[in-house]
Amino acid sequence: MIRRGKKPQRKESARPRRTGAWHLLAAWFQHHRLSAADSLVRVIENPGSSLLTWLVIGIALALPVGLNVALDNVSRVSDGWDSPAQISLFLQDGAGNDEAQRLTDELAARQDVAATRFIPREEALDEFRDLSGFADVLANLQENPLPNLVLVTPRTTLEEPEVVALRAELEEISAVAEAVLDMAWLQRLNTLMELSRRIVLAVGGMLVIGVLLILGNTIRLAIENRRDEIVIVKLVGGSNGFVRRPFLYTGLWYGVGGGALAAILVSAALWFLEEPISDLALLYESAFYLSGLGVMGALNLVILGGLLGLAGAWLAVSRHLVRIEPQ
Amino acid sequence: MITFDRVSKRYEEGRDALREVSLHIGSEDFVFLTGHSGAGKSTMLRLIMLMDRPTRGQVIVNGQDLSTVRARGIPRLRRNIGVVFQNHRLLFDRTVFDNVALPLVIAGYEHREIGRRVRAALDKVGLLHREWAMPKALSGGEQQRVGIARAVVGKPRILLADEPTGNLDPALSAEIMNLFEQFNQVGVTVLIASHDLALISRLHHRIITLQQGHLVSGGAG
Ligand SMILES: Nc1ncnc2c1ncn2[C@@H]1O[C@H](COP(=O)(O)OP(=O)(O)O)[C@@H](O)[C@H]1O
Ligand SMILES: [Mg+2]
Repeated sequence: MIRRGKKPQRKESARPRRTGAWHLLAAWFQHHRLSAADSLVRVIENPGSSLLTWLVIGIALALPVGLNVALDNVSRVSDGWDSPAQISLFLQDGAGNDEAQRLTDELAARQDVAATRFIPREEALDEFRDLSGFADVLANLQENPLPNLVLVTPRTTLEEPEVVALRAELEEISAVAEAVLDMAWLQRLNTLMELSRRIVLAVGGMLVIGVLLILGNTIRLAIENRRDEIVIVKLVGGSNGFVRRPFLYTGLWYGVGGGALAAILVSAALWFLEEPISDLALLYESAFYLSGLGVMGALNLVILGGLLGLAGAWLAVSRHLVRIEPQ
Repeated sequence: MITFDRVSKRYEEGRDALREVSLHIGSEDFVFLTGHSGAGKSTMLRLIMLMDRPTRGQVIVNGQDLSTVRARGIPRLRRNIGVVFQNHRLLFDRTVFDNVALPLVIAGYEHREIGRRVRAALDKVGLLHREWAMPKALSGGEQQRVGIARAVVGKPRILLADEPTGNLDPALSAEIMNLFEQFNQVGVTVLIASHDLALISRLHHRIITLQQGHLVSGGAG
């Protein structure tokens, strides 16, 4: 107590006020930079376990994205088929070639019909003989079992129900025995595509949840490993936000790395498939080529990975970090 | 600077760690807190830095009633209190420099300012030359001095120490106490919990004595 008089006055400048908004913002950015760099260094310093995490996330993301790219390609192919609908008119036995030709010309003049083609029964039989390999059997037949056939191609502007109505109308023509709309396979393809998309979506959803859980667990382990450090930081005045930040960045780096790896995996798979597919396209005299992810697709994948990483880390951090309090 | 008003603390296991303790520690005081093991010394320090809350009574630190401080406000309170622990509590995977810099990084100081202040604090405890060493490479006394540098680097108003010389020999202990006195000289309120009566009775500062949670002497400043 005697010494009190000798104590120098506490200088106010010893503890400068640093509460300006600009200063707080700068400090906040500085800690973000430090946390980001520090987390990245930690991720890179353990290449073994980090690579494993990246691979797991990369594969989990590459699977649905790869399937989706495949579906996109398939639908691009099927979209390329203009006016796939075709109505086959099987004529009555009594309708001769003249009548059939007249009908063909008549129908060709209709507004809703793009083209018509008359296939005489003899021609049909020849074609069938050549294609089927049943030449011997057919030679033994007394008479041609095939009817005259008129192929009607509706205009592409017609909607599906209109095409169906057209088929019904054409069947009413007295010379027509039966009108068959050859569209079922396309419907089937479209239904199949829709189903596939939903399956991909469901699988993708499950894999995303899996990625979140894996990331959450990885971050939980990171938190466990640094428990002492967290306690010390809290003891010297670190806020929850301060403690949280490096772990969120760890999640971000895992996610971004996983997303990048997924983009690489998908691109590699496409590259692997490119040659056989262009060979196949050549066989079909098609100019088809595989369309890949593109730069935007790859970027989106990286961003998606990053967001998932952040979300997974957030899950782990909000559950585990608050429970670590200095004792 | 620190006021306890009829403070009781009962842990969940049923032991009363503090019973109706009232005391006042003025600004720029240097106070020892003593008593047998289990008397409640650490509990008092824990209440001051809100590592725990009292069961009854009021604790006021730096004019602030701690019962009004919510969880979000705890970090801010702790930034104004420097703490030294018996087992140092250093980050063993960081350099001495990084350990001491931690409170400044948390408070958001600029890079250059951090370097300047950390070196000043290390110079004060005589460890400037070990700036880039890892704590593992230091002796017990040196580690404790790193802990002290970390506690004072942010220029807190209050410095708490829980058995800071617990593991040190008498010569080193006297040296550490001398450091605390130097900080007190420049206006820091110092509260040191220690059961080393031989050491603290030689230093002629106010001594608060606890016995099984009761304050037995030294309560009135
Ligand atoms: N976290 C805790 N949970 C339960 N009991 C505790 C806890 N901390 C301390 N105690 C008890 O409270 C009493 C006072 O402890 P403490 O304040 O650590 O004493 P000191 O630091 O003087 O040795 C002791 O009986 C101790 O067993
Ligand atoms: Mg104790």
